[in-house]
Amino acid sequence: MATKTFEKLIYELESNGTLMITLNRPDKLNAFDDDLSFELIDALKQAERDPKVRCILLTGAGRGFCAGQDLQSRSISQSNGTSPHLGESIRKRYLPIIFKLRTLEKPVVCAVNGVAAGAGASVAFACDYRLAAEDASFIQAFIKVGLVPDSGACYLLPRLIGMGRAMDLMMTGRKVGAAEALQIGLVNEVYPQESLMEKAKQFAGELSLGPTKAYGLLKRALNKALEVDLETYLHYEADLQEIAGRTIDFKEGVSAFVEKRPPAFSGQ
Amino acid sequence: MTSAMSTSTDIDLKSFQFILTSVEDHIGIIQLNRPDKLNAINMPLMEELVKCLTWMDHNEDIRCIVLTGNERAFAAGADIEQMASATPVDMILRDQFVYWDRIRKIHKPLVAAISGYALGGGCELAMTCDMIIASETAKFGQPEINLGVIPGAGGTQRLTRAVGKARAMELVLTGNLFTAQQALEWGLINKVVPVELYLEEAKNLAKTIASKPPIAVRMAKESVLKTFDTSLESGLEFERKAFYLLFASQDKNEGMKAFLEKRQPEFQGR
Repeated sequence: MATKTFEKLIYELESNGTLMITLNRPDKLNAFDDDLSFELIDALKQAERDPKVRCILLTGAGRGFCAGQDLQSRSISQSNGTSPHLGESIRKRYLPIIFKLRTLEKPVVCAVNGVAAGAGASVAFACDYRLAAEDASFIQAFIKVGLVPDSGACYLLPRLIGMGRAMDLMMTGRKVGAAEALQIGLVNEVYPQESLMEKAKQFAGELSLGPTKAYGLLKRALNKALEVDLETYLHYEADLQEIAGRTIDFKEGVSAFVEKRPPAFSGQ
Repeated sequence: MTSAMSTSTDIDLKSFQFILTSVEDHIGIIQLNRPDKLNAINMPLMEELVKCLTWMDHNEDIRCIVLTGNERAFAAGADIEQMASATPVDMILRDQFVYWDRIRKIHKPLVAAISGYALGGGCELAMTCDMIIASETAKFGQPEINLGVIPGAGGTQRLTRAVGKARAMELVLTGNLFTAQQALEWGLINKVVPVELYLEEAKNLAKTIASKPPIAVRMAKESVLKTFDTSLESGLEFERKAFYLLFASQDKNEGMKAFLEKRQPEFQGR
């Protein structure tokens, strides 16, 4: 399969099926300029199509995870006193990233190695897991420059931590440290800086050996549950279980259970 | 009426180049099969499709027909190469839409099972069917405007009847694609299911219809389609005559008798 070359991110597929995507503009705290956002969209599409990818581990190079939109980037800078078209920038660049993270049918783990601000925080919220370093922090900085939180933040954050807390974080734009993030359920685990990547790779490696198809169906189920009534959802769930029941991994899972051994899932 | 046309014995289901066909549980299944071209519709494909549909229409063992593509595309449009250098006279002489007129005359119910792209002629082919089951991944659209033409196989008429003037106008004038969920909400299609199940869902619908008395099914299809051609007055007249006519069928006797005897009917198609 044709592989793209990336310049502003690192795309490394390990032999165990874990794909590491590292945002790589460390001198800018990995802020999104046009190129990085388009490369991330392409990387996620490629990961979705490549059957060898069983789990995605997203992180940032250097001391930050992602500082969000690069305010000096040409697509949003204000020139000649005219307003930039932020709506179009969001539709073309951030909407596809968030939508793909939520709908691509493989687990996505985010290793938050440092500050995650603005759209950088939103990208972390859209992942399936957030593992944070002790020095990591989240800032919904939009309000500080007079903008509304974007990249799905107002949809995702209240679902992660509740409306009251989400409102607080987004209205004040205050910084949330790793300890508070753990306490309010914004991250799943916190590790010392030096062991974050080792722990994250270990965890992603475990997910890479899991029933990938079932993980994908699980994401489909949770996404559907957010948008429909109970009865519609229950019918949908029956369809998904019908599909899961036909997978090779289900056969393997049942055999392993009966034979009292660990299952060897192929992801199919 | 059937005597002049080719009938059940003189067709080899395996001989087609652009379609795959099979028969199971009284349903005929036709799969468009130009996977390297996203099932783009060309004249030879339409010729085979119409030949097969005509045969299935006359085969009494088949009571409902499912038309499908593959997971990536039902049909991504017409073969543009065929038309790029054509003159109006070429198009008149080619008379490609004659095949579409023939599909409209098929008596047995047609269920389209759609996944991936149903664009241009693909969308029109789907709308020529009587019911549509779609995968969540299906994408519909009439993008002909982008090539300097308009839908030519019924798109402006059938889409408008299905989704209303304002929506159809926007879709045909912009060429914008729309999702299965939108198609469902607008009344263009019957059901949306996960991609793994769309063909099975369509077959299940076809099997349910195949279990009904075939002559009544045929009258019902004709009556519903009549809506689009006539005033209410003549549509009601048509329906009433079809209703009375069914009292001449053995299946009507069996259906009503079974109902009164509280048992399942056994329909013979007579």
